[in-house]
Amino acid sequence: MREPSRTIQLYVNGTAHTVTVPVRKTLADVLREDLHLTGTHVGCEQGVCGACTVWLDGEPVRSCLMLAVQAAGHSVTTVEALGTPEGLHPVQQAFWEHHGLQCGFCTPGILMTVVAFLRENPSPSRDQIREVLAGNLCRCTGYQNIVRAVEDAATRMRAG
Amino acid sequence: MKPPVFAYYDPTSVEEAVDLLARYGPGAKVLAGGQSLVPLLNLRLARPECLVDINRVQALDYLTEEGSWLRVGAQVRQRAVERAPEVRRAVPLLAEAVRFVGHPQIRSRGTVCGSLAHADPAAELPAVAVALGAQLVARSSAGLRELAAEEFFVDPLTTALRPDELLVEARFPCTAPGWGWAFLEVSNRHGDYALCAVAAGVLVEGDRVVDARLAYAGAGPVPVRLREAERAAVEGGLWEEAVRAAAEEARRRLRPDGDIHASAEFRRHLAAVLTTRALKAAYQRARSGSGGTHA
Repeated sequence: MREPSRTIQLYVNGTAHTVTVPVRKTLADVLREDLHLTGTHVGCEQGVCGACTVWLDGEPVRSCLMLAVQAAGHSVTTVEALGTPEGLHPVQQAFWEHHGLQCGFCTPGILMTVVAFLRENPSPSRDQIREVLAGNLCRCTGYQNIVRAVEDAATRMRAG
Repeated sequence: MKPPVFAYYDPTSVEEAVDLLARYGPGAKVLAGGQSLVPLLNLRLARPECLVDINRVQALDYLTEEGSWLRVGAQVRQRAVERAPEVRRAVPLLAEAVRFVGHPQIRSRGTVCGSLAHADPAAELPAVAVALGAQLVARSSAGLRELAAEEFFVDPLTTALRPDELLVEARFPCTAPGWGWAFLEVSNRHGDYALCAVAAGVLVEGDRVVDARLAYAGAGPVPVRLREAERAAVEGGLWEEAVRAAAEEARRRLRPDGDIHASAEFRRHLAAVLTTRALKAAYQRARSGSGGTHA
């Protein structure tokens, strides 16, 4: 079969992009290969690892489980929008200070998961933090420092 | 690119969607939340000729209480069901069980009808549909057809839907006064498929249990309603003894498969333990008049 493709408008981190993509190309691949936003990582490509988590209209989703054409007309937010090297997001700052990452491969997905989670639940219990992190696999840290970082970030963000 | 080549349609009406299904027949797959289908595409375990994406069919985006039914349109996300106060009040079992489906990132795309149509025997929502006696509404270019949940699930990943039919709505009966419900599950990690899960309901009059429902996920090729265990819960004598009898029926009669995650014997053990706990929780909720509302 001929490769069907479509020209779509994607709104990513507040910017409109027009791209022509094969209809079977995942949102994760289009973000990385067509828009060169390589902060979104691609791990398992079957929805298990969570490394590719982005926000679709503000809700965290797996970008490997969406076709890019499905995101046409929706707003997409990636890890690049969270903070800058000079002005880290409080969750990024907490991950840095608590060594919440080692190799860093899983970190973008975890940040997008955690920031969305804290928006909905600003005072989470440790159990709730562990529950939400179950959707993101980290093979380096054993999660202890990630949980500490999330707890500290929550405290700081509540204090403003 | 991971998925194989397919033709892609994103119709905006139900009529267009079912016309496409009629045209492509078994070569078409319906794409709703994509949380089960897209992994299968990425792994190339599924190679459909065409995808019919129903995400732009706005007419299927409704979650409404009508009479004694909660109607869930095919586009309703699991996350929306989880957040809706009317679901917690009207069908507390569904509200409790939906939180066990995957992770928040999965539930923000995954749909209730999609999970039912995918028909994984270890999934939570099919067991809920069977426990409650949900009605599933299928639409084709020939018209509408309603199926009872128990006749809908045929085999693992296989439903009674015909290739040209779209599951447009799941109808869950609202919890009637006197009933209490509970959903419990054991999985290896939060968000994994259940090793075993149970949906339990009891109808209490005074302090007597006069009716019961028990349905299981992860305990057979389809979600299983176990009438023998239900009968034991009602007729098994004093409540403590009746609970024990129901759990024993579950241990004896369920035929789960063993796999790398758990042996068949361990799954039967879990079914018995979860039956005990879920019946007790449901009873407490029925007595307190909370129906199944959880903290």
